[in-house]
Amino acid sequence: MNAHPDLRQAESARPILEVNDLKKHYALPGGLFGKARGYVYAVDGVSFEIMRGETLALVGESGCGKSTVGKAILQLFDLTSGQVVLDGKRIDDLSKGALRPLRQRMQVVFQDPFSSLNPRMKVKDILAEPIRNFGLAKSNAELDKKLGDLMERVGLPRDAINRWPHEFSGGQRQRIGIARALAAEPDLIICDEAVSALDVSVKAQIVNLLQDLQAELGLALLFISHDLAIVEHMTHRVAVMYLGKIVEMAGKTQLFSSPQHPYTRALLSAVPVPDPETKRQRILLTGDVPSPVNPPKGCRFNTRCPYVFDRCRTEEPLLQSTASGHFAACHLHDGPASENPMR
Amino acid sequence: MSDAAYRIEPMDAAASRSTPPTADFVAAPVMPDILPPAKIRRGVARFIYRYPNMAVGGALLFIMLCAAIFAPWLGTVDPTEIATSRRTRFPSATNWLGTDMLGRDIYSRVLYGARVSLIVGFSVAVLASIAGLTIGLVSGMVRRADGVIMRVMDGMMSIPPILLAIALMALTRGSVQNVVIAITIAEIPRVARLVRGVVLSLREQPYVDAAIASGTTTPMIILRHILPNTLAPMSVQATYICASAMIVEAILSFIGAGIPPITPSWGNIMAEGRSLWQVKIYIVLFPAAFLSVTVLAVNLLGDGLRDALDPRMAKRL
Repeated sequence: MNAHPDLRQAESARPILEVNDLKKHYALPGGLFGKARGYVYAVDGVSFEIMRGETLALVGESGCGKSTVGKAILQLFDLTSGQVVLDGKRIDDLSKGALRPLRQRMQVVFQDPFSSLNPRMKVKDILAEPIRNFGLAKSNAELDKKLGDLMERVGLPRDAINRWPHEFSGGQRQRIGIARALAAEPDLIICDEAVSALDVSVKAQIVNLLQDLQAELGLALLFISHDLAIVEHMTHRVAVMYLGKIVEMAGKTQLFSSPQHPYTRALLSAVPVPDPETKRQRILLTGDVPSPVNPPKGCRFNTRCPYVFDRCRTEEPLLQSTASGHFAACHLHDGPASENPMR
Repeated sequence: MSDAAYRIEPMDAAASRSTPPTADFVAAPVMPDILPPAKIRRGVARFIYRYPNMAVGGALLFIMLCAAIFAPWLGTVDPTEIATSRRTRFPSATNWLGTDMLGRDIYSRVLYGARVSLIVGFSVAVLASIAGLTIGLVSGMVRRADGVIMRVMDGMMSIPPILLAIALMALTRGSVQNVVIAITIAEIPRVARLVRGVVLSLREQPYVDAAIASGTTTPMIILRHILPNTLAPMSVQATYICASAMIVEAILSFIGAGIPPITPSWGNIMAEGRSLWQVKIYIVLFPAAFLSVTVLAVNLLGDGLRDALDPRMAKRL
């Protein structure tokens, strides 16, 4: 399934990463004789592309499956179905050994700077691991030079390389995490809530560092986050996820100025505005996110949508174009524009 | 100058002072420098202050180890030498801890008995750790094998070590080796369960995911990321196993299913003094006291290790 053919302007501009109808269902144990009692539909049909040098943000509330998408792309587990295509080559059906050299092209930065570095390894060894694995340095001298350059690139002193992770602060550790991702010289970095655990000033530093690195090295970033302010600041395109599906995907300015899905609207209205005088219209959703074990039929948002009508409860809306480069999965867009509250 | 006389000066400065003291002031004689340098002293003091459990436990265990190793030079006689004329003597200058009903010197027997206890304790701790670590690693990493292995471990856990030792003794004969085997078999599942649990939580750590994403092979993941982080909780567990092995050894020897009576061990000595304990309590008291102190020392060491190796304390290891 290739949902958005018009996103590709030309064949030559091949996306660095393509995800097609990705599904990951976790079995719930506890059934008779080890059978599954049911499934958690963590990710249920997600498709998108990332171009070289582009930042795509994946936003949504906790538990909507955005981190699972990141891990699925990294092939940290087997997919239930779907494809992951890295630079034109399908990687989800490769064997471990065949995949290993391709891992060099995509790296990851995790949320928690404390558990993402092995406490029993010196920074030097942490950073050297990908370089050695992928044979990126021909001699020890070259390795040492690369390690020093990496430290400098992420704004840490060169000689800090001989220290242990616990000797650094959270922000510094996140820089080491970024340096480890850069060590493999990748084309794509998946930032799984990479700045969520940091306090505001450090967060700004890390965001700026990521932007600088992207500009310098032409990296593509998949920026998984729930922080819409940061997303608006640093991404090119945004995909909004709800209960394992993408409900809306558009360029950053389009999405923030004219959201086309009721969920996106509600999400955006929840972003705090740093001005106490501003009167804003908050859209308060009722109820909780339904369980991904038993997602609602039809549109997954129908239990909480303020504009819900009969069709939403029976038929699942597809992600379709509402404007150039703007996609939303909502039945409202099928009716006449005059009756569409999203317009 | 008179002001200077009251100033407390470091010992080195006092020793190298060239100007003689004034007439009305008698200087203390320069003391020879027998203490280790201040830096080492401070380091030792800080260690004791930070990890008092480890310091006390380690010191006691060290004394016990020395007593066991250097037993022949610590004023002992042959612990198996029978002297019928000197039976059940009270502690005295010749027999420091008294004699038993065959006239054997209890002090010598207790010191030599320390060898058995320590050998059994350490061997069981090391063997059970190695076997448990291997089984736990396989169980934690190979999900298919996990169910089968853990059920086997449950089965092993249900074997009482004392019954197993009696069975082994009935099959062969009493020896230190058989005691070690019997206790080890009973202790392996403890380590295996602990290691499995730690491995299962470690493989979910983001740094393991990051290592996989960096192209590290599974054997290297185990070696570099999983094993080093497993060793700390395992070594703590090993100290507790060491302590419990010593107790089980004493129990086995006490009921006559352990070390043959020829070899003095704390359990043997207590077993032999059992019938006389109301009138000659020292025969039982001294080996029991040594056993208690040794087990306490090992447990203190384990507690100290646990505190020191706790990653939350973020101390340099």
